[in-house]
Amino acid sequence: MDFITITLKLLQGFLTTCEIFALTLVSALPLGLLIAFGSMSKFKPLKIFVRCIVWIIRGTPLMLQVIIIYYVPGLLFHLPLLPRFIAVLVAFSINYACYFSEIYRSGIEAIPKGQYEAGKVLGMTKTQIFFKIIILQVIKNIIPPMSNEIITLVKDTSLARVIMVAEILKYAEDFTAYGLIWPLFYTGIFYLLFVGILTLVFGWLEKKLSYYKV
Amino acid sequence: MSYLKIENFNKSFGNTQVLKGIDIDLNQGEVVSIIGSSGSGKTTLLRCINFLETPSDGKMTLDGQVLYDSKIEVKDNEKVLREKRLNFGLVFQSFNLFPQYNVLQNITIAPLLLLKDDVKNYKKQLKEQAKTDASLTRAEIKKKILEFKENGKKSINEEAVSLLKKIDLSEKINAYPCELSGGQCQRVAIARALALKPKILCFDEPTSALDPELTGEVLKVIRSLKEDNRTMIIVTHEMGFAKNVSDKIIFMADGVVEEQGTPKEVMENPKSEKLIHFLSNVSEKDGE
Ligand SMILES: Nc1ncnc2c1ncn2[C@@H]1O[C@H](COP(=O)(O)OP(=O)(O)OP(=O)(O)O)[C@@H](O)[C@H]1O
Ligand SMILES: [Mg+2]
Repeated sequence: MDFITITLKLLQGFLTTCEIFALTLVSALPLGLLIAFGSMSKFKPLKIFVRCIVWIIRGTPLMLQVIIIYYVPGLLFHLPLLPRFIAVLVAFSINYACYFSEIYRSGIEAIPKGQYEAGKVLGMTKTQIFFKIIILQVIKNIIPPMSNEIITLVKDTSLARVIMVAEILKYAEDFTAYGLIWPLFYTGIFYLLFVGILTLVFGWLEKKLSYYKV
Repeated sequence: MSYLKIENFNKSFGNTQVLKGIDIDLNQGEVVSIIGSSGSGKTTLLRCINFLETPSDGKMTLDGQVLYDSKIEVKDNEKVLREKRLNFGLVFQSFNLFPQYNVLQNITIAPLLLLKDDVKNYKKQLKEQAKTDASLTRAEIKKKILEFKENGKKSINEEAVSLLKKIDLSEKINAYPCELSGGQCQRVAIARALALKPKILCFDEPTSALDPELTGEVLKVIRSLKEDNRTMIIVTHEMGFAKNVSDKIIFMADGVVEEQGTPKEVMENPKSEKLIHFLSNVSEKDGE
């Protein structure tokens, strides 16, 4: 097996890695905002319920959550197993949405009350206040913690193989059966490149929003 | 009859009663200053007037129109509340400019949003008209709306530019709040409030967050508003300023109007024990 063949094979696994990453992000970003609103709700029972969920999700390993989502519906309720890839996405999305929700919450709560009040006395609606005044400030606040979390997600995708979803590490591991260890180390390059690009993107975003200070 | 009439304003937070029956009368073009020690309820009163808080009891009438009456149990919807708020402007102690917008945008953002509503209404009106008037074609309507929008935007911008001239910050039109001094920020905040043409402009300690050498420029702007005959309510600790800009001074203590009258009466002939004590504690100084 030559270098090219192995690279192509690993790329195939890397595609799955990217899919898990992108799809998780697309669903967890809006879901997280929803959870954030829930955890800030004035309706106490909802707030307590949402915060409990966040506590449970953040308090247990993601690997365990993947296993539970995949096996438990079948074990307890005799439901058919979810497709492996879908199970991974569901577990990842819920997990990351909970982490994101806390980031959103701290970002939103960091906005001074005066910003809302200034909007109110200027006759703006709640929606206008949120979208015209608050949201950009929140985005600026949350870019650093968000980029941290999103970079962690890149590496967490490797947990998918606990239920045999073949991402890049799984592919690399399979080569060890042929006595090839180096592909395992080679995967590090893929991760590094990916994270490198993300770092550049976040750096650019941060710079874009640095035209003002609070 | 007075322009603004506040009757028996009460406000409690939980078990603590902060306002205990405040009555205020204000004529058009008058400036009233509210003084009083910390915690006496001055901010709370302004917040009630601006509908940021709901009084637990009381009535407020502006220009013959009842804006608030605790006896009438209707909860205003957001739209009505917004319209009522727009009767007043409020300048905060901490400016509360929007950091991501430049000076011009800070001043125009609210009027531009209101223009959107006006455009919507105008559109509705034209569509209604088109039902009976065949000459009003679709293209015609589109053109009219566009024109309406452009004219609106233009006059909002012109107004902002002339306000900037008034507060003497024309050269900072494209600056962001983080690039301005506190005094400049506060002047922009005043212009932002004025852009909505409020009937009454309220100030909550507009110079308290400023370095002493910056208070003068802000007080100067407020004084120039007095010359334009604006009706204003000013909460301030600047006694000298209050004395020479106000038509009336209200001294608040523990949630009640302890004493009120002309600056001369209040400052030079204080009657109540509390006011005498308060005045002897604040060193008289003007910000200029
Ligand atoms: N949202 C609130 N909840 C509970 N108590 C409040 C609230 N807002 C104000 N108070 C209380 O009401 C009292 C009056 O506050 P207020 O801010 O109106 O005083 P003030 O006259 O503006 O004082 P200062 O000169 O320090 O600004 C204070 O004792 C304060 O603790
Ligand atoms: Mg106050």
